[in-house]
Amino acid sequence: MATSLNIQSQKAVAIPAVPRKRKPGLFQLGEDIPRGAYLTIAAASFLIPIALWCFLTYSGRANALILPTPTHMMSAALEMYHDGDLMADMKISVTRIGIGFLLSAVLAIPLGILMGAYKCAEAAHEPFVGFIRYVPVPALIPLVMVIAGIDEPAKILLIFLGTYFQMVLVVADVTRQVPKDLLNAARTLGSNRLQVLFNVLLPATLPGLLDTCRTMIGWAWTYLVIAEVVATSSGLGYAIMKAQRFSRADEIFVGIFILGLLGLATDMVFKIAQPRLLPWAEAQRN
Amino acid sequence: MPDPILCLEGLSKEYPTKSGSLTVLEPTSLTVGVSELVSIVGPSGCGKSTLLHIVGGLTTPTSGRVLLDGHEVTGPGAERGMVFQAYTLFPWLTVRQNVQFGPKQRGAKKAEREQLADHFLDAVGLHGFRDHFPKQLSGGMRQRVAIARALANSPRILLMDEPFGALDAQTRTVMQELLLTIRSKERTTTLFITHDIDEAVFLSDRIFVMTARPGRLKAEICVPFGSDRSPDLRTSPEFFQIRAEVYDLLHSEGQAVVDAEIAAGSSASG
Repeated sequence: MATSLNIQSQKAVAIPAVPRKRKPGLFQLGEDIPRGAYLTIAAASFLIPIALWCFLTYSGRANALILPTPTHMMSAALEMYHDGDLMADMKISVTRIGIGFLLSAVLAIPLGILMGAYKCAEAAHEPFVGFIRYVPVPALIPLVMVIAGIDEPAKILLIFLGTYFQMVLVVADVTRQVPKDLLNAARTLGSNRLQVLFNVLLPATLPGLLDTCRTMIGWAWTYLVIAEVVATSSGLGYAIMKAQRFSRADEIFVGIFILGLLGLATDMVFKIAQPRLLPWAEAQRN
Repeated sequence: MPDPILCLEGLSKEYPTKSGSLTVLEPTSLTVGVSELVSIVGPSGCGKSTLLHIVGGLTTPTSGRVLLDGHEVTGPGAERGMVFQAYTLFPWLTVRQNVQFGPKQRGAKKAEREQLADHFLDAVGLHGFRDHFPKQLSGGMRQRVAIARALANSPRILLMDEPFGALDAQTRTVMQELLLTIRSKERTTTLFITHDIDEAVFLSDRIFVMTARPGRLKAEICVPFGSDRSPDLRTSPEFFQIRAEVYDLLHSEGQAVVDAEIAAGSSASG
C-alpha cells in the first residue's frame, strides 16, 4: 500500500516533457520588467516629445516666437555660451545653492538629530518649526530684502529658509526611525549614553541623512530660481527673466533646459555616491 | 540547585493608561543558578518579555528588584548580555566588528578584541563570514553573530528574548542545537524567553510557565535530561511526557488570551 501511494504521488508531480515558457507581462503590479523594456520606455519618454517638437517646428506649424526650432535653440545656447553669460550664470547659481544648502544642512542635521533623540529638544524646536514651515517662502521675500538687502546674502538666506525648516523635521524623523532594539542592544553591550549616541544612533541615521540631502537639494533649486527671478542681475533664473523681457523664447528654453540638466546631475551624484559612501546600507530608492 | 547567580524578588510592572493602570506583570520571584538554562514560556502578552527587559535593565519595574551575584542592578550592563528577537546587528559594522563592539566599548586592546572575535565566531561557525556586512547574512546567521557578540563580553548571564522566534522551523532547530553546543563549552548561565514548548523542553534545565495577562508564574517544571542532549531526544518518550505537561499548563492560558481579545473586540464594537 505504501509503495502504491508513493508511485501515485510521483505521478502527481511529473513534469510535462516540454515546459511552457511564459513571457512576463509589462503590467504586473510592482513587478520588475526586463531591463531592455525599461530602457526603451525611458528613452521613448524623451524621444517622443523631442520628435513632436521637431515635427511642429520644422514643419512651420508652431509659432517660431513661442516655440523655436531645435537648431535655433542650439545656436542660442552656443551664442550664450560664447558670450560667457551662460557659464557665469551657471557658476553663480551653483555657488548660491551650494552655500545656502550647506548652511541649512550644517544646522538642520545636528538639530534634527537632537530633536529626534531627545524629547526636550523636540519640544524646544518642533512646534516653532511646524508653524513657520507653512509660511510660503515667497511670502518672506519682502522681509528677506528688508533684512538682507538684494545682494548675495538675500538669495542665500532665501534658499536657507526654504530648505532648513523642512530638513530639520525630516532629519528628526529619520532619527526617530532608528530601531529602539538597536539602541537597547548597545546598552546591554556596555555602551554608556554618549557611546550609544555617537557609536550607534549617529551611524544608524547616515543612509536616511544622505537620502534627505538628496531630496532637499531639489527644494534648494526651486528656491534659488524664485530668488533669482525676483531681484537679481545674475544667475540662471535671471537669464530666463531677461530672455522673457526680450521675447527670446529660444533663450528661455535654454535656461529651463540647463536648470533641468543641473538638477538631474546633482541627483545622479547622490545616486552614485550612496552605495560607495555607505556600502553596508540596504538598497535605497532609485 | 546550583549556587544562585540571579534572584528576582517580587518584580511587577504596571503601565499607566487612560482608564487606570494596566498590570502586565504581577509580583514575580525566581532564582537562576550558575550555569543553568532557565526558560520562561507563556502566551503572548503575558509579560515574559517585560520580565526579561527588567532583568536586562531596559525597563524599570514598578516594584521589586533584581539581584545579580547579590548586588542590585538598576540599569543595563555588559555583565547581562542580551539577544533579541529582532535583528540587532549594527549594519555599518562587519561581522567581526559587531562581535568586537562590547569589548571596544570598555576599551579592550585590539589584539584582545581580535582574539575574542576569532574565538566566538569559531564557536558559532561563522569565521568565514567575518568580513561580511549583516545585510549579506541570512536571519539564522545574524542571530549566530548576535549570540557571539553577547558572549564576547563574557557576561555573567545571557538573556535571550525569543531569539529564534523570527526564524523558520528548520533553522530554529539547528540554532537550538548550536546553543546547546556553545553552552556545553562556555557554561554561560542563561535566562531564555520563548513561546515554543519544544524549544523550552529541548534547551532548559527548568521551565517556568506563566499565566495570561496579568502574567505571574503558574508552575515550575524540572527537565531532567542533563547537559548532554542529542537531537534524538526530541523523539524520545520522556521528551513527549514533559512536552505534554507544559502543553496542558499553557493551553488553557492561550485560550484565555483569545477569549479576552474577543471580549475586548466585541465590547469595543458594541
